[in-house]
Amino acid sequence: MDTKKILAIIEAIAKRIEAEKNFLTELDNEIGDGDHGINLARGFKAVDEKLPTFADKDIGAILKGVGTALVSTVGGASGPLYGTAFMKAGNVCKGKMEITEADFVAALDAAINGVKMRGKAVEGEKTMLDALCPAYKAIKVGIDGGKNLIDALADGVDAAAKGVEYTKTIIATKGRASYLKERSLGHQDPGATSSLYMLQTTLEVLRST
Amino acid sequence: MKKLINAVDAVEEQMILGLVKSAPDKLRKLECGNVVVRAKKKSDDKVALVSGGGSGHEPAHGGFVGEGMLDCAVAGAVFTSPTPDKIFEGIKAVATEQGVLCIVKNYTGDVLNFEMAIDMAGDEDIKVDHVVVNDDVAVQDSLYTTGRRGVAGTILVHKIAGAKAETGATLEEIKAVAEKVIANVRTMGMAISPCTVPAAGKPGFELADDEIEIGIGIHGEPGTHRDKIASADEIAKTLLDKILADIDYKGREVVVMVNGMGATPLMELYIINNFVQDYLKTAGVKVYDTMVGNYMTSIEMAGFSLTLLRLDDELKELYDAPADTPALKR
Repeated sequence: MDTKKILAIIEAIAKRIEAEKNFLTELDNEIGDGDHGINLARGFKAVDEKLPTFADKDIGAILKGVGTALVSTVGGASGPLYGTAFMKAGNVCKGKMEITEADFVAALDAAINGVKMRGKAVEGEKTMLDALCPAYKAIKVGIDGGKNLIDALADGVDAAAKGVEYTKTIIATKGRASYLKERSLGHQDPGATSSLYMLQTTLEVLRST
Repeated sequence: MKKLINAVDAVEEQMILGLVKSAPDKLRKLECGNVVVRAKKKSDDKVALVSGGGSGHEPAHGGFVGEGMLDCAVAGAVFTSPTPDKIFEGIKAVATEQGVLCIVKNYTGDVLNFEMAIDMAGDEDIKVDHVVVNDDVAVQDSLYTTGRRGVAGTILVHKIAGAKAETGATLEEIKAVAEKVIANVRTMGMAISPCTVPAAGKPGFELADDEIEIGIGIHGEPGTHRDKIASADEIAKTLLDKILADIDYKGREVVVMVNGMGATPLMELYIINNFVQDYLKTAGVKVYDTMVGNYMTSIEMAGFSLTLLRLDDELKELYDAPADTPALKR
């Protein structure tokens, strides 16, 4: 995966988040404060505007730039969390103009650990981790078992989609939805949903290029 | 959506500009964003206080910037925590040699963004520490939740820590007194009608004509449960009982805050206060002072919160110390 592909993925994610802005906000209205889509779209709009300045940068610098832009524009909890995720992934890809399957797995691992560290959360608390962690596990199993990145990522997207479904069955213990206790049951987590969209979009771009 | 605004994306900045223009000799807005600081920077022998959070809680927090309270308030988008870079700019603008104390409400977004900003300030050798306010008794405090939310009691932390800072106390001493307020302040709120975030365009939840939401936070998020509408006295009793059951107020002196959520007429807040005062008397709680008004709002939500702060001699003295801010003067 080279810088051109990374830039195409980021651009596509920005489009997807903008397109899903209202749906994500509606999900957040159910169990949060109804701004997840609005905030994330504001952040990715800023990322989109910065994309031309990333053109000659390495993948580490691009991901770090995305993270910094998100941290400084999104606010709320998702800004520091997604921002940290992209910055940590950027650290792994520092100086690289191209990344391998193993780099991709390592970057995703670093991103997830960044979210866990910043959010002091683990899997099963009705957060974005419930999409990201199963996706990571499926991708790693696939790559270790000799699958190519597209096939492994397809497994990861399936696992993330199951993870989003799973968030409907559990009570939130982190974030604003935790105040609702059992009233958060039956609702899918907006953060897990936006994480799924990012993975889906990554897969779509890789398939089409 | 019907609101007195000009453009959805101009709400926060125009609000902050308007606040600053209401007290131009006392407040200043930083160029970098919606950050309000005192027009005259505090001297280097005193600790500076920084707070902030999403917009939509006016007068919190910008209205509490001034002598005897905050040095800086950072405003995010409506109901969204400000970002770390803006908080960092605020910290830098008011930092003194004695350091900076940040007062953060316990909401995941606020805590995460302030923590990142504090890391950034620490990297630049600014002495900075923080406290997290969690006064909302509607939420169970346990290891398995994010913990109690920080709501209207935060204003009393601003007041008392602010007074302590004016005495020239050290960062550690001010943090200790802020923690003491946090340990002794409890709040619970309710809504009879929801509010609409301008960018969302529709209410955060819907309530039937005969329904109320008990245990709301301050961001238009749903509360802990729904109830049928009852009399003002009955509702106030529900909230007060929960507060009185949480820590022992009997025989103690308290500050009472009857806080409007934004669209509650003072008429109704006074009706509630009428009950609260009598009920506290019966419960053996002595009211030292009462605040009735809009201190920590949720845009145009109708409803109220009740806050009780248990006092000791130190807190009483600091509560009585002078304050000169747009929204609170003593």
